[in-house]
Amino acid sequence: MIYWYGFSGICKRELLRFWSQKSRFFSALVRPLLWLIVFAAGFRAALGIAIIEPYETYINYEEYILPGLCAMVLLFNGMQSSLSMVYDREMGSMKVLLVSPLPRGFLLLSKVVAVALISLLQASAFLLFAWLYGIEAPLTGYLCALPAMLLTAMMLNTLGLIIGAWVRQLENFAGVMNFVIFPMFFMSSALYPLWKMQEASQWLYLICSYNPFTFGTELIRFALYGEFSALAFWVVTLSTLLFSVMAIASFKPERRF
Amino acid sequence: MNDSQASVKVDKLSFSYGQRQALRDISFNLSPGITMLLGPNGAGKSTLFALLTQLYRQQQGEIRFADEPLKQLSHRANAKLGVVFQQHTLDMDMNVSQNLCYFGALHGLNASSSLAQAIPLLSHFGLDDRLQDKVRTLNTGHKRRLEIVRALMHSPAILLLDEPSAGLDPAGRRSLMQTVREYCAEHRVAVLWATHLLDEPGAEDQLLILHQGQLLANGQCQALIADHDLQDLPQLFAHLTEEPRP
Repeated sequence: MIYWYGFSGICKRELLRFWSQKSRFFSALVRPLLWLIVFAAGFRAALGIAIIEPYETYINYEEYILPGLCAMVLLFNGMQSSLSMVYDREMGSMKVLLVSPLPRGFLLLSKVVAVALISLLQASAFLLFAWLYGIEAPLTGYLCALPAMLLTAMMLNTLGLIIGAWVRQLENFAGVMNFVIFPMFFMSSALYPLWKMQEASQWLYLICSYNPFTFGTELIRFALYGEFSALAFWVVTLSTLLFSVMAIASFKPERRF
Repeated sequence: MNDSQASVKVDKLSFSYGQRQALRDISFNLSPGITMLLGPNGAGKSTLFALLTQLYRQQQGEIRFADEPLKQLSHRANAKLGVVFQQHTLDMDMNVSQNLCYFGALHGLNASSSLAQAIPLLSHFGLDDRLQDKVRTLNTGHKRRLEIVRALMHSPAILLLDEPSAGLDPAGRRSLMQTVREYCAEHRVAVLWATHLLDEPGAEDQLLILHQGQLLANGQCQALIADHDLQDLPQLFAHLTEEPRP
């Protein structure tokens, strides 16, 4: 029971903090909506999308980038969780977490799940706005996308934890944006299908093919159309496990406090 | 509280940050009552707290809680500990009740048990009417009191206070000290109170003087002064550290 109380306490705190920072919620929505409404509209003519899995027909560009933008919401929130860890450390509240009689690994992973649930809320709100804008997926697809987004969010959050363990100051988050978020996002299948990338550059295609974010995006893309990509599922699951182990191993408070 | 539960033994504890030695061969015991840990800034007090709370891993020496090695107890030892860090660790955007429930959850208490445990403590520390207030609206003294309430709400046998009176005016310091003394005497809690202020240790308190990572004195404050043929604690401190008064 102590584990359940600990886990639910951490989730509740993240929710309360999220609720008290409503501007964070809106800014997290504005970014993908701008991409969807402005960027995608501009590129619609330039980038025609042929029939590829899981789509059954030709689709417009907005429809193609919808899963990628969902993954982008999860990516930004996951990385913000690393920022929040640096904030917690600077504010000392990380110490409160670590002096609990629960194993450190459990506490860190509870935080990962708590942040993933917040990410899921944000991505679901984005899907709702996209639906209102006219970019629709099948109804069952939305239900299937929830676990796919949760798993992808957990993968990105554990990666965020590794980064958070090494980032010393809040100011370094700009570096995280430039060296982690943008390369991960742009070198993936979020904005363009991999075959199109291959036409442009073979080495870029290879990087995109091995980027775990690509698999997160594809997992969501397939789930949104009620399909299951086993490859994407296993890559995301195994990456989550690997990043979790690395995050716990690299978390050494004596380097920080 | 069982007195054997409220015991800490520290034996030949050393710790270094790379090449810099922060603690050297520290040995002392804690038992129910207040033990003052006196030392200037940089003496190693916070490092010692980080080792007692397992924020840092032990390098050399041994710590035992209630006669069990801390390394063996691992994270379970934290159930016996209440800690107030030098830096404020409350969540400013949450209210008093939410902060207490969050901490209670981390110690295996549900919300109603957390509040049931905390309300008498809030009353003892003069905060019973602040339950729904945002922590941000509390003054420094009240934040400190709240942190002590939070540290005590799971009924720990050992209370670690790292400069709890920092930032308080003299009246606030006296009042806080008095309230902690009353509570801990009543509940037989072992308290380690770190300070750099020479007027905080009482004549009857156990005293540890830490300087540049070394323990220079360990005993009852009054007895230590008498042993060195001195008049008061500032003289003892200056005598041992050969430094002007902090």
